[in-house]
Amino acid sequence: MYKTTTNSFGQTVIIRINADGSITSFFEEQDNTDYQAYLEWVAEGNTPEEAE
Amino acid sequence: MSTVKSKNLQIGTDGTASNNFTIYTPGTPDGTLRVGNGNAGAATDKVTITSAGNMTVTGSITANGSTLATQNSLGVRNLIINGDMKIAQRGTSVAGIGTGDAYYTIDRIKTGITAAGTWTQSQSTDVPTGQGFSYSSKSECTTADASLSSGSYLTWQYAIEGQNLQHLKYGTASAESLTLSFWVKSNKTGTYILEMRKTGTLTKQLSRSYTIDVANTWEKKTIVIDGDTADGIVNNNTLGMLILWWLGAGTNLTTGTQQTSWGTSVNINRAAGLTVNLADTVGNYINFTGVQLEVSSVSTDFEFVPYDMELARCQRYCVSYGGSTIYEPLGIGTETSGTNASIQLGLPVTMRGAISVTASNLGNIRVADGSAFSTVTGIFIDMYGQQQVMFNATVASGLAATRACRLIADNSLAPRIIFTSEL
Repeated sequence: MYKTTTNSFGQTVIIRINADGSITSFFEEQDNTDYQAYLEWVAEGNTPEEAE
Repeated sequence: MSTVKSKNLQIGTDGTASNNFTIYTPGTPDGTLRVGNGNAGAATDKVTITSAGNMTVTGSITANGSTLATQNSLGVRNLIINGDMKIAQRGTSVAGIGTGDAYYTIDRIKTGITAAGTWTQSQSTDVPTGQGFSYSSKSECTTADASLSSGSYLTWQYAIEGQNLQHLKYGTASAESLTLSFWVKSNKTGTYILEMRKTGTLTKQLSRSYTIDVANTWEKKTIVIDGDTADGIVNNNTLGMLILWWLGAGTNLTTGTQQTSWGTSVNINRAAGLTVNLADTVGNYINFTGVQLEVSSVSTDFEFVPYDMELARCQRYCVSYGGSTIYEPLGIGTETSGTNASIQLGLPVTMRGAISVTASNLGNIRVADGSAFSTVTGIFIDMYGQQQVMFNATVASGLAATRACRLIADNSLAPRIIFTSEL
């Protein structure tokens, strides 16, 4: 499950809640394999939630 | 002492020319001493020494029983980091691996899986006897899938940055051969597939077969891969080469023809020839260790690297904080509101590129500022550079803007903050 929020400078931060309860966060950077996996997830028709 | 002058000195008079050797100079001497296999006048050079003193050996060189690599023989000849599986910053065992390509336990080792059972991956102490290894990577099936769907796959992978492969001279007539060697053990014998993929102008691949001949027995496998003279490898910090050990695959990946030389990647060719579905029975397992990839056409002894050096090399891709002591410091910073602290942590080495932050066991992490000792509820990246990472640690309440603070573990070894920059 993914959520999105912003950092101190208003850049989008993507948050992934992992199966073991850990939290992974990263920016929208093509060089990031987590972001690449996120794009595949979005391409499958999914939409991230906004973080609270 | 008299001087013997001759253009040829043939050693051996066997009727089979290849059983003889000849020391000779060519018809027009060029100052090069040549030692060739065969009879005088028809020998093939095996060792040459030029007038400048340069010696060339066409085969391998062995000293004290060990074969020296033909390149980088003095160190760092193994292009695989953590090939002996001794670094496992994320943890030593993860169960329930069922989908997604990710790094689970041993550093630099990635599992690729889609619809191919459920697995436990661990750092095992089962190793080949007498080889000097302490650890192997073990993958064990905990939920079987005896009938893989067309898109299923199960792989054990290793990725290399393109900028670390430029000395292979791919894309030129001088492209170097590579030799991959590894130790493997499984309960399931059969023909497996090793795939090499590279990123350049084109994404190209080749596959090679190897067999696990004896169940539950360590075997060393060696695969020689010719260089690609046609296309180079991307020269930056992104993926240059990916090595995949195929352990199971559906028909989308197996119904083509095995491509044994570099060619454009076609999915149905990638695992063609694979006769094994390691996911077909609960309890199936496979262990790997001693993985070495070297610029050479021969396999040499595994290059052992001291722990500290190997850890630093791994940290280019993964840095883990936490788990070493209770009350472990996890960064310092400033509270920016009643519920947020901006925390900074340094990096021990320059990481590869884009960084992700993963935090686990947040309930055992606290923001401490002298007044409050607040339990963390979330950790999210804020910014990063080559030397530092800043992230936000959120709590339910109790902080105050502008207070200095520390992020620490409580009396637990469970918390982890992991920075990753994997390929």
